[in-house]
Amino acid sequence: MLIGSLLAAITALLLLAFAPGAAADGTAIVGTLKGPDGAPLASVTLTVDGPGFTNSGVSGADGLFRIEVPEGGTYQLSVDETSLPAGISLSKPADQSRSILVLMGDKKVLFSFVSGDSVAASSTSSFTWARISQLLMDGLFFGILIALGAVGLNLIFGTTGLTNFSHGELLTLGAFTAIVLNELGLNLIIAAPIAIVISAFMWGWGQNRILWKPLRRRRTGLIASMVVTIGLAITIRYVLLLFFGGSPRSYQQFAGQPGLEFGPVSVTPKSIVFAILAAIAIAATVLWLQRSRIGKATRAVSDNPALASATGIDVERVISVVWILGAGLAAFAGIYLGSTQDVTWNMGQRLLLVMFAAVTLGGLGTIYGAIAGALVVGMFVQLSTLFIPTEMKTVGALFLMIIILLVRPQGILGRRERVG
Amino acid sequence: MDLSFVLGQSITQALGVTAIIYCLAAMGLNLQFGYTGLLNFGQVAFAAIGAYSVGVVVISFGASLWAAIPIGLLASVALALVLGIPTLRLRADYLAIVTIAASEIIRLMVRSIALRDTFGGANGVNGKMGQAFHDLNPFPAEIDLPFFTWTRQDLWVVAVGWSLIAIFTLGTWLLVRSPWGRVVKSIREDENAVVSLGKNAYVYKMQALILGGLLGTVGGIVWAIAKQSVQPDNFVPDVTFFSYTILLLGGAARVFGPIAGAIIFWFLLVFVGEFLNQMIAAGWITFLLPTDVGPIRFILVGLGLMGLMIFRPQGIFGDKRELALDAR
Repeated sequence: MLIGSLLAAITALLLLAFAPGAAADGTAIVGTLKGPDGAPLASVTLTVDGPGFTNSGVSGADGLFRIEVPEGGTYQLSVDETSLPAGISLSKPADQSRSILVLMGDKKVLFSFVSGDSVAASSTSSFTWARISQLLMDGLFFGILIALGAVGLNLIFGTTGLTNFSHGELLTLGAFTAIVLNELGLNLIIAAPIAIVISAFMWGWGQNRILWKPLRRRRTGLIASMVVTIGLAITIRYVLLLFFGGSPRSYQQFAGQPGLEFGPVSVTPKSIVFAILAAIAIAATVLWLQRSRIGKATRAVSDNPALASATGIDVERVISVVWILGAGLAAFAGIYLGSTQDVTWNMGQRLLLVMFAAVTLGGLGTIYGAIAGALVVGMFVQLSTLFIPTEMKTVGALFLMIIILLVRPQGILGRRERVG
Repeated sequence: MDLSFVLGQSITQALGVTAIIYCLAAMGLNLQFGYTGLLNFGQVAFAAIGAYSVGVVVISFGASLWAAIPIGLLASVALALVLGIPTLRLRADYLAIVTIAASEIIRLMVRSIALRDTFGGANGVNGKMGQAFHDLNPFPAEIDLPFFTWTRQDLWVVAVGWSLIAIFTLGTWLLVRSPWGRVVKSIREDENAVVSLGKNAYVYKMQALILGGLLGTVGGIVWAIAKQSVQPDNFVPDVTFFSYTILLLGGAARVFGPIAGAIIFWFLLVFVGEFLNQMIAAGWITFLLPTDVGPIRFILVGLGLMGLMIFRPQGIFGDKRELALDAR
């Protein structure tokens, strides 16, 4: 559920075709079923269940299905897997039965199929080296993505003490800023850096300036601030939902890239480019913290704000810089995620807990801890699908976090006195 | 534009089953957050445990509802222990992260395909799980007043629900004015001072976590009995944050805070929603679609939560001195 597209690289993907535009009147759930090779899947039975209503349909020779429903509402659409042609199964087991919100007119539904067993079924059976190396690769990429978010989260925590539950929304805002620019006609290659800069200043610096600086001046407690971050997260999410709607969007460039084959491993070129750029961004952040004046000042503030302030460091300036940096890195992560998957109003929220797992694992407030924790969590999430169903891989990461808190609450690289 | 319908809906909802469930969850948060200063961001996990205990024990395993309720309460205590043991010795934010994570762990597990035989996957558990309770219904007929209507079944649930809330409120009142209440309030204000007086703050915090969780679980049990349907996506983290908004609206660390908060919150939320719907239907608002009303209500909750916490953390009826919320 989290990084479906990385996963999609494992499976020989898919279909993606809409029903023809000219549809009959009335309200219906429609779609076209196509196999991984693009051939239409005929005579597959689908059933729609709603309140006091059941209807079923069979896909035609062109793979097209259309099931009428009496009115708008939420319906349960299920696929009869026994009616699928031999050797074809759903790539996402959760698609077997899912709830569909129909408003009016035709509701188009997508299904993606793979050859062979579905991911959940194969996840418990195939222990091949090819699969393990693919998962390691995916885990590394996912870890780098999490690290982008986790570094910002930890920098903000380190300098202000704020556990930011709206950090996921910084990712989402970055991805949406890029999609707005992209839909205005800018190529993603140009839109992405502009969006990162806009996000860093508007959503990072601006947020600190409008919200957090006044709150610090009012001496709002940290617990109260955490509740405020929750309120902010809810507000941002639903403002995005209001203005952009709930259906997923994708960037106009690099959408359906075929994977490159490196031996047993398949990776899309955009993932490689993003991962390399992300690694450079993280390395630059680390170097900046180690070498530059303001970076050293940031570490001093993280260590002890009062003492740093007494030695003449402008703490508020450091905090502004940290918000800019954190929001910029988060926007990068959002665009990375939006380009390898979809841009949705709740994409950041879904990643927030994984970022927290990474940060907790590495140690709250430590930059190197965040990076190490992110890589471990990324690998762990992917490799855990060898043993547990794919849909539960986030659960594994969250369990890992709770176990780490039991045995070593300060995290792998944290210092004991931070926790107490 | 039918204003009496809007008002009727709002009043019905403000006193109805949903308000009762959220009031119970907020009462739990009041004990944990309001009195003890524990930041439980996973109250919905306790509600989910209560609701799923009823659904699974009655429907999936075919046992009695009266067995399901104690099982749910025991499971709730177990969850509080699991969450509390690693985190209550640590700083407040660890509990917040772990509880919100636990609520998502539970939701993702019950909606998984692998455990569908027990928990019903994304469809949840549906069936007459509350029948044993509804069989005891003493009300002869539905209530039909000018402003609101309740079915016979709702009437029974609402009557029992508010009675439970009355009992628990009395219990909370007795508890927080007892020596136990004074200790937890001092933990909220200054944990080190309490420890230096020889009190085991860890044990008190654990007790508050368990009691608050139990109240959330009772809310979940009421949910399952009233709605006869338990679905995983009813138990998203937003439920917890609605409960926080309710608590802050009514006033944290006030015995009647959750009750006032729940009634006002649901009245306002339903009123705004229905009012906008009517305006859109009547063509007075043309820049909104009916589907925009849902997000607008959530935005109001988010802004309300921020605004209350920043400008009036004591809520409508609270006392600012009572709540010097500050961890370090």
